[in-house]
Amino acid sequence: MDVQDRLPTERTGAAVPGTRDTEAPPDGIERRKFLGYVLAAPTLAVAAQLGEAAVGTSQAHAAVGPLPELTEIFDLNDMLTTAALPTAGLITIHVHTDGTASFALPRAEVGQGITTSTAMLIAEELDLPLEKIRVTLADARPELLFNQLTGGSNTTISTYTPIRVAAAIARKRLLEAAADLLGTELSALTCKAGVITAPNGRSATYGSLAEKAASLKTLRVTADLKARSDFSVIGTARNRVDALASVTGRKQFAMDLHVPGAAPTMVCRPPTINGTVRSVRNLASVRAMPGVTDVVTLSTGVAVRARTFGQCIDAVRALSVDWGPGTAERASDDTVLRELKAAEVPLVVPKLNPLAKTVEGSFTFHFASNSALEPNCAVADVRSDRAEVWAALKSPIVAQQAIAAKLGLAPGAVTVHVTEGGGSFGRKLFSDAALEAAEVSKAMGKPVKLMWHRTDEFRQGRTHPMATSRIRATYALGKVLTYEQRHTSVSTDFGHGLGEIITATAAKLPVGDLTFSETIFTLSQQSPYDLGLTTQLLNEVDKGFNTGSMRNIYSPNVRCAQELIVDRLADELGKDRLGFRRQLVKNDRARAVLDKVAELGDWGRKMPAGTAQGLAVHPEYHGVVAVLAEIDCRPETTGRHVPDAYTGPRVTKVVCAVDVGLAVNPKGLEAQMMGGIMDGIAVTLTSGLHLKDGAFLEGSWDNYFYTRQWNTPPELEIVVMPPTSGKPGGAGELAVGAASAAVACAYGAATGTMPTTFPLNHSGPLGFEPLPTVPPIPQSPTDGLDRAY
Amino acid sequence: MPEHTFILNGKPVTAEVEDDVRLLWVLRDVLGVTGPKYGCGLGVCQACTSHLNGKAFNPCSVPVKDVRPDDEVTTIEGLPATVGKDLHPMQEAWLEYDVAQCGYCQPGQIMAAVAKVKQARAAGREITEADLDEIRNVCRCGTYHRIREAIAEGARRF
Repeated sequence: MDVQDRLPTERTGAAVPGTRDTEAPPDGIERRKFLGYVLAAPTLAVAAQLGEAAVGTSQAHAAVGPLPELTEIFDLNDMLTTAALPTAGLITIHVHTDGTASFALPRAEVGQGITTSTAMLIAEELDLPLEKIRVTLADARPELLFNQLTGGSNTTISTYTPIRVAAAIARKRLLEAAADLLGTELSALTCKAGVITAPNGRSATYGSLAEKAASLKTLRVTADLKARSDFSVIGTARNRVDALASVTGRKQFAMDLHVPGAAPTMVCRPPTINGTVRSVRNLASVRAMPGVTDVVTLSTGVAVRARTFGQCIDAVRALSVDWGPGTAERASDDTVLRELKAAEVPLVVPKLNPLAKTVEGSFTFHFASNSALEPNCAVADVRSDRAEVWAALKSPIVAQQAIAAKLGLAPGAVTVHVTEGGGSFGRKLFSDAALEAAEVSKAMGKPVKLMWHRTDEFRQGRTHPMATSRIRATYALGKVLTYEQRHTSVSTDFGHGLGEIITATAAKLPVGDLTFSETIFTLSQQSPYDLGLTTQLLNEVDKGFNTGSMRNIYSPNVRCAQELIVDRLADELGKDRLGFRRQLVKNDRARAVLDKVAELGDWGRKMPAGTAQGLAVHPEYHGVVAVLAEIDCRPETTGRHVPDAYTGPRVTKVVCAVDVGLAVNPKGLEAQMMGGIMDGIAVTLTSGLHLKDGAFLEGSWDNYFYTRQWNTPPELEIVVMPPTSGKPGGAGELAVGAASAAVACAYGAATGTMPTTFPLNHSGPLGFEPLPTVPPIPQSPTDGLDRAY
Repeated sequence: MPEHTFILNGKPVTAEVEDDVRLLWVLRDVLGVTGPKYGCGLGVCQACTSHLNGKAFNPCSVPVKDVRPDDEVTTIEGLPATVGKDLHPMQEAWLEYDVAQCGYCQPGQIMAAVAKVKQARAAGREITEADLDEIRNVCRCGTYHRIREAIAEGARRF
C-alpha cells in the first residue's frame, strides 16, 4: 500500500515521528534535530515517539471518526486520553550493565526479518555490535493506538526513524557520562563497538556507563542522526539474528511454550463454512476417551482438551454433532462467479477517437488460502478476573480488545504476549485462534494450548477472496488512450484495521465516500504505466466467507490482469513487450529495474517452442520491482509425474530486480523477494481452493498446491538496486504481484493464448481425492516407518 | 497405561502413553521435545521430519507402539551429537546461506536434507537436482532456492 505517496505534501514532511526542529548553522549545512526522551530508570533507558497518531490527538481523532469498524473496537476517548500523556506511545531502548542493549519491538516477526533489521538500525546509531542487541516482541500496548499493527509492508517505513532516534539518544547519553567519568571534552571522545575512548587512551564500556548515563527523571532531549554516508551497518548484508535458533530447533513458537497447565486443545469444526453447533450427541462418551479432560461447545464448534494433540484428534473425530447451516450454504465456484459477474461495474469510457481500437480482457481469480505452515494457534489462561494470552499476532491491540469484550473483562485485565510466528501471509492479522483459546479457557476453567488442524486451516481458515477483473483499453495511432479496470471481489475482511498507515490519514485523503476496502484498493493500486485516461475501481459482494488480506492483497490479481493486457496492446501495436513497457513506465526507477532484468535475463533470446519469457513491473510500498520469468510448457515438462502432487508448466528461470529506495538489509530483502516469487508462481499456476456446496475441497498441502521443490525455478537471480530515494520502502509483499504477472505473461507467450482463469490448473481435473467433511479432520497415518528414507 | 521405551537423542527414555498416540505427540506433548513441528499430522508437509536409526521419517505418522526399545530417534536437537560437534555441517551450511525465514519448517528441512544426502551416497553417488526435486517438505516462506544451495554446500562438508 502506498498511502504515504498520496499524502498532501505538508504531511509527508511531518511523517517522521516526534517533533523535528531544523537548525541552520552558519556553514549553511542544514542539520535535523530529532526529539526523544531519557526515561527515569536505574540503567539507561531512552525513547522516541512512534508514528503520527500519538503526535496530535486531534489529527488521530479526526481521522478515525469515519471508520465504524474501528470505532466499534476501540474506545477512542480512553485511547486518546492515554495518548495525550507526553510519554505515551514511546518505544524504548534499554542499555544494560552487561554492555548489551534491548528493545521490545511493537510489531510481529513472522519471518520477514524485522527483528534483524531493527537490531541493525540500533547497531548503526548506537555503535554497538549486532550480536549485543536483543530485539524481542512487545506485548499488546493499547496506548500505541493504531501503531502496533504489522501489515502493509509498513514496519521499516514507520520505524526507520524513531528507532534510530532512540539509539542516537542512548549513544549521546553514554558519551556524556563517559566525558564526565574520563574527565574529557565530549567532542574528543571516540565511540566504537560499545567502548568509548578518550584521547589519552582511557576507555569505558557501555556496560560500565549504563547506570551513570541513566536519569532520575524523564527528560526531553534531542539528538542528531548519522548521515547516510557514515552508515556502516544499514545497507550491508547481514544474516538473521535468529538463524541459529531456527536451525537448532530452539526457536520457540506459541505451541512450543511451556505454560503451566496449558494442555493441547482442538476444535471439531462444521462440514460447511461457518456452520453452527445445534447439539452434540455423544458428549459423555467423548469426555471418557483416553487422555481427554474436557469437551465444551463454543461459538465456532466443539472444543476438546486432552493430554496430547493426538488424543484431541481422536476426540474430534469421535464427536457426533448436529450441525446447523453456515454462511455460504450451497455456494460453489460457479455460483460465486455468477454473483461477481452480476455485480461488475460497467466500463464507461466512451470511444474518444473514431479510429480507436479496443483490447478487452475478463479474468477470474479463484479463492486462495493464506494459511501459514504454523497453523492458527494460541495459548490462553483465563481466570475470573484476568486473562493471559500468547500468540503470533499482527494486530495485538485489536486482539486484546476483542478478547476482553468476549470474556467480559476490562482490556487492562487481558495481557497479550506476541510470540514469534511461523509465517503469516496475512493470516495473523486476525486473532481467530487467540479468541477461541480465550473462550475455551474460560468455559473449561483451565489453561489451554489451542491449535487448528491443517485440514481446518484450508476449509474454515481465511482466504484470499475470489474476484474478477474486467479490463478495456483503447488505442489509436500507436498510443494507448484509455485504460479501465473493474475489479469485483468477494468482500475482504479488514476488521483488524490497518493501523497508523491508513487510519491516521484517511480523513485527509480524497476517498471520503468510499468503503474501507475501496479506500485500501484505491491507495494500493498504482499503475506503473501511463495508459492515458485510467480508472481502476473495486466493487465487493458477499460477506459469507472467511477472508482477509493475503500477501500483497489485491495487487497479484490486478497486476496480473494489467500486464496480460499490456502484452496484448504491445502485440497489436507491433511493439516489443519490453520496449513498449519502457516507453509507458512513469518513472526512471521503474525503467531501471525493467532494464536490469532484461539485461540479466537476456530478454528476447531465442527459445524453443513451448517455452517463453514474460515481464512485469510493480510499484508499491515506496518501491518498485521488475520480474522476468521463463516458463516451460512442453508436454515432457507438464507431464512430469510426482506422486500426490501437481507438476504442470515449470518456471525454469526468474530474474528479479528490486528498488526499495534504501535496503536496510539487502540479504533480508533478497529473501523477501525469493518468497514473493514462490508465492507469485503458486497463485498463477497452482494454488487455489475449490468451493463446492458451501465447503472448500482442499484439506492438505497435497491438495492445496503451494509451490514445492518440483515447482521451484532451477535458476533464480535477485538484484538489489543501489539506494535511490535514501529512505527504506516496504519489502514483505512487494514481489508477489510482479512475479505472478510475469509468470502469467510467460505462459501466455509460450502457449500463444492469454490465460484468463487463475490459478491455471483450477479448471482442470481435480488433482486429488477430497477428504470427507465429517468427521472434519482425517486421522494421522500409521505407515511412517514404511516411508522412511 | 502402557510404557514405551526408546533411545531419544542418544539417551533411553520411557513414556507412559497409549499405544496408538503418534510419536510426534509423545515427543512434543509428553517429553517436551519441540524441535519437530506440527504442520499437518498427515505425513504430507514433513515439518516434523526426524531420524529413526539414521533414516528420515515423520513422527506424526508412527504410533508410539511401533518404536522398539533399541530404536534410535534423533530430532533436530540431537543432530549435532551424531557428528560429535556443536552443529552438524548441514546446520552450518544453513547458517552460511541464511536459509531460514520464519524458521518453522527448517528443523524438518535440515533433517530431510541430511537423510537425502546419505541416501544418494548409499546409492554410490552425490546428490543431484533430481534428488532435490523429490524433497517434499513444504516451506510456506518459499526458501526453496536457498535450501537447494545449502544442501549442496552441506553435502560438500560431510
